[in-house]
Amino acid sequence: MSQSQTKPQRRKLSAGPLSRGDKWFFRTTSAAAHFAFVLVALVLGFLLFQAWPVLQSQGVNFVLGSTWDPDSDPMVLQLGPMLWGSLLIAVLGILIATPMAISMAYLIVFMLPKRWASVATTLIDLLAALPSVVLGLWGLLVFTPIAAGWAEILNKYLGFIPLFQVTDPENGFMRSPFIAGWIVAVMIVPIITSVTREIFSQLDRDLINGALALGGSRLSTFRRVIMPTASSGVVGGVLLGLGRAVGETVAIFYVLNLSMEINWMNLVEPHGGAVASWILARFGEASPLEKQGLMAAGLVLFILTLIVNYIANVIVNRAQPWRKNQ
Amino acid sequence: MNLVKTTSTLSAENISVWFGERQVLENVNLVFPANKVTALIGPSGCGKSTFLRTLNRMHELIPGAGLAGSVYLNGEDIYADGMDAVSVRIKVGMVFQKPNPFPTMSIRDNILSGLKLSGRKIENAEELVETSLRRASIWNEVKDRLGDQAISLSGGQQQRLCIARSLAMNPEVLLMDEPCSALDPGSTRRIEETISELSETMAIVIVTHNMQQAQRVSDQTAFFLADENTPGGVVEFGSTEQIFNGPIDPRTNDYVNGHFG
Repeated sequence: MSQSQTKPQRRKLSAGPLSRGDKWFFRTTSAAAHFAFVLVALVLGFLLFQAWPVLQSQGVNFVLGSTWDPDSDPMVLQLGPMLWGSLLIAVLGILIATPMAISMAYLIVFMLPKRWASVATTLIDLLAALPSVVLGLWGLLVFTPIAAGWAEILNKYLGFIPLFQVTDPENGFMRSPFIAGWIVAVMIVPIITSVTREIFSQLDRDLINGALALGGSRLSTFRRVIMPTASSGVVGGVLLGLGRAVGETVAIFYVLNLSMEINWMNLVEPHGGAVASWILARFGEASPLEKQGLMAAGLVLFILTLIVNYIANVIVNRAQPWRKNQ
Repeated sequence: MNLVKTTSTLSAENISVWFGERQVLENVNLVFPANKVTALIGPSGCGKSTFLRTLNRMHELIPGAGLAGSVYLNGEDIYADGMDAVSVRIKVGMVFQKPNPFPTMSIRDNILSGLKLSGRKIENAEELVETSLRRASIWNEVKDRLGDQAISLSGGQQQRLCIARSLAMNPEVLLMDEPCSALDPGSTRRIEETISELSETMAIVIVTHNMQQAQRVSDQTAFFLADENTPGGVVEFGSTEQIFNGPIDPRTNDYVNGHFG
């Protein structure tokens, strides 16, 4: 067959939805997606609108200062100790929960027989379904007395470390960031566990077998092959947990003594802060103006979560140069 | 490079294997002399890969796995009480069907990974890396980018890297489980060349589905077969020449001539 010498005429190809059904499918899904965006924008807009007067009148001290006096004139609303407390408790919760969750996930995926693994998975998922108010009450009634004992021991033997110092041991060790951190840890362990379990079970078994075949022990295989390969996913799970920890409200409200006196790092000192719990604590009796201040607190909490997530993302990407090759 | 010819011999005596209640192998007896390549051939599901895994105690990692019989490495039973599985795996290296370099490590670190994993001291790291990569015939391709991630290599290069990684442990025996089944013909040929070079210094056991490959690389061949609902076993074991050109058992004859499989 002879080859034609004419210049090829490029045809128009349809890249859009093909059938009527596809068109409607496309319209429905995009409407739903847009609705979600609109919802977020509306919430943000509302928060900004409500918060703006307070943010304007309080300035940068809204996040840095540590006085909350809605009765003075002019009103002084400063959130510093609560913001710092939220971070402190979230970080402590993550530090407690992450090793627990990773161990749990390792046990479920690599050690337990199938039947027991599914029992353990169900139990942990049940923990995730626990309403936080229930957890808060349990924390108040059952856990606090126990953990206060731990805190006392920490203070007694490790009291030379600022983390475990208290101003007055006679105050007891209840209602401290230490206890709130534990409660938050209990809440986020299921999240981190289920993400980590998923990541572990998706690891290529031949990688693990390869490591064992090279003379690796379970521990060295875990350290050098499983964790490095799974780390980005695990950090993703930790981030999810961090989001929940920063925003946790009711459970912390029950177990923490909220105080505007800033507690930088004395974990077992019986007072601390948490933005969301502060909003809950104040909202009922707040004047309309103070309510605006609490809205501003909500906005700041939202931004704080975004910043934390962003930083963590940067860290993950920097720690995983090999992923660029994929 | 000063490599002493090993005289080690691996031998399997009366190996039977179970997964849970199901027996998959019965009374396998094979000898793998030093400096010889042994091919294990047979249809899928006949237990040859399972058998291979009993030779470096990878088999026991599967939950519910059971074993009878003994595997002797230089006269020592590797399943004896007090014998450490890790030390066995260091002496008996393994290359898997699918290339499995560690994705988080560089080419160089992949070579050193066995030493790190088994907690050994690394002396002359650079020399070891070069020697191992040279023995796996991949040095020239990667010598300028040892710091690159291992997964940036092509599939065939990755497999040769995995071979080099095993060689860094200086094994006495190298087990290969269909090492070329995921590779293109060019990469396959290069790995086969590597196999014949390596056989001068160690015993090699290779599972393969490829009859031509078995004929090209091996000195002796064992034909595995499992009849329906019975455990697998060795039908015939002999020199590769004999198995392919003058098999005694008619089933071997049928298989090597492509009548089933």
